[in-house]
Amino acid sequence: MENIILEAKGINKYFHDPNTIQVLNNISFSVQKGEFVSVTGKSGCGKSTLLYILSTMDTDYEGELKIHNLLMRDKSEAELARVRNEEIGFVFQFHYLLNEFNVIKNVMLPGLKLGKYTEQEVEHNALEKLKILGIESEALKLPNQLSGGQKQRVAIARALINNPLLIMGDEPTGNLDKKNSELVFDIFQELAESYQQSLLIVTHDQEFASRTQRTIVMEDGKIIADSKN
Amino acid sequence: MKLKLIASISASLLMARWRQTLVAAIGVTFSITMFIALLSFMGGLNKLLDGLVVNRTPHVRIYKEVKPTLVQPIDKGANFAESYNFVHSVKPKNERLDVLNSAAIIKALKQDKRVMGVAPKVITQVYYNVGSVDLMGVINGIDVEAEAKLFTFSDYVIAGNYIDLKNTPNSIVLGKGVAEKMLVQVGDIIQITSSKGQMVNLKVVGIFQSGLQEIDKVNSYSSLHTAQKIMGESNSFLTDIQVKLNDINLAPEMAKEFQALYGVDAIDIQTANSQFETGSFIRTLISYVVGITLLIVAGFGIYNILNMMIYEKMDSIAILKATGFSGVDVNRIFISIALSIGLFGGILGLIFGFGLSAIIGQIPFNTSALPTVKTYPIEYNLYFYLVAIVFSTVTTYFAGYLPARKASKIDPVVIIRGK
Repeated sequence: MENIILEAKGINKYFHDPNTIQVLNNISFSVQKGEFVSVTGKSGCGKSTLLYILSTMDTDYEGELKIHNLLMRDKSEAELARVRNEEIGFVFQFHYLLNEFNVIKNVMLPGLKLGKYTEQEVEHNALEKLKILGIESEALKLPNQLSGGQKQRVAIARALINNPLLIMGDEPTGNLDKKNSELVFDIFQELAESYQQSLLIVTHDQEFASRTQRTIVMEDGKIIADSKN
Repeated sequence: MKLKLIASISASLLMARWRQTLVAAIGVTFSITMFIALLSFMGGLNKLLDGLVVNRTPHVRIYKEVKPTLVQPIDKGANFAESYNFVHSVKPKNERLDVLNSAAIIKALKQDKRVMGVAPKVITQVYYNVGSVDLMGVINGIDVEAEAKLFTFSDYVIAGNYIDLKNTPNSIVLGKGVAEKMLVQVGDIIQITSSKGQMVNLKVVGIFQSGLQEIDKVNSYSSLHTAQKIMGESNSFLTDIQVKLNDINLAPEMAKEFQALYGVDAIDIQTANSQFETGSFIRTLISYVVGITLLIVAGFGIYNILNMMIYEKMDSIAILKATGFSGVDVNRIFISIALSIGLFGGILGLIFGFGLSAIIGQIPFNTSALPTVKTYPIEYNLYFYLVAIVFSTVTTYFAGYLPARKASKIDPVVIIRGK
């Protein structure tokens, strides 16, 4: 069990506005290194809420969250930012690229923030990641000059820049057409298989979920199934 | 590394909205320009007005006042020590009008390290004889060199050469008003009658204009020796000893000290001319208030633009936070945006302010009251520029503070989920 990179234990979450509603009910599960996990369920089942708690961005919950065996509860805002920077890569439904920067700078930003490598090294790494995703030729373009699928791939490259422990995705294919969804899925699969990258992807796309290694199904804030595919 | 990253993010956010940024910066530039121009002009004006009186006034003036003795004999009697003693109709004694032991006092003053210089003076009432009319007048017998050095006497001599007063025996520099009334020019001989009835002929070697008409209509200058001769006194006779100090602020204290030490009357410049100091202070205060008001208005401009920028860049802020930038980093980004607007606008403002004050300094300003002034007075003082840049930085910091704090508190979950 040494390979557990993320562990959630008895997580409860309530929304208080306008009435107190329990959105997550005693969620417990863990993710192993190199696993490609999908979380699926109907709209409003709490899967995104869970993801934001696991990502450390949402700190208003009950229960225990451990990343790399470190408890997240007592960490300060700045420490959590550091965890997100170093251990977690994000891919959202919307690409969230900064339009002021070109593609390569967008990819580099989290790496520069980490400050582990020099700017040249980060730039080199960023080019590597773009190469893996097949968009190195777009490196100097601005995000608004790219197509939707390309933007999402840039976002994935940005998620990869600090070689994170875990990549989290919130409906990463939700905004893409069939062809581009396919492309993104293939990238995830390749990352999982060739680079032993752990992934935790929230999706309502059943087909997408069924092709991952493991699927967690949620309903009404509870895990109702957790099975390997 | 981290600073560089924050700087590059701030720079690109700035460039993305460069028009608004420019408007904000121009606001700062404008207020700093006006601030500098206003302070330089006010400073120049203050110096000019101070110069009218303060530069020509000794910091401490030692003199002999004709007044009744403070302590009457009855007060010294042991029998009446416990009583209130009323003595009516006390009159001053018939005393000499000069400062006693003046030579020793001057010698001691010249050795005092706090004293910049000493200029002795003899003031005497005279009549200027113009045909059958006698005009009331005052002759100031001065040590010409000391007076020129300490009280810029030479600046006010508008005709003739001031040093001739020393070199030509029995000479006089007439006030402009007096000269006009007497219809005399440099080189003419005039006749005066001293307070003791003696008639003296004096050669006019110059005409002076102080800028204060009342003074120019009455006063004239001669050398110490000439004045003493007019009065029929010895050459140790001095009615005033004018002292200029290295630090003007010591004047009140030193006036008291001289009074006690030499048994003379002494008055300091602050007491003698308190209205000038008040005037200068109020003018400076007004210029600072106006300048700071302008800056605060510019600050609101920066506040607005940053607020707008934050609303526009919500997504960017959210993603920065999601990818590991902490609230502190986001705060720094926006603070540095505000500060760079302030610094950029401020430095431009300093340059324009310098230019504007230089232009004002070229505008002709001729007034008969001020013979040495040809253009509007401007004071170039590094201190104004320092104050301006510090104010602009501080104001923009505070203008950026609230928006930056708001940006740092943005919850990325709310933004990202809202999509």
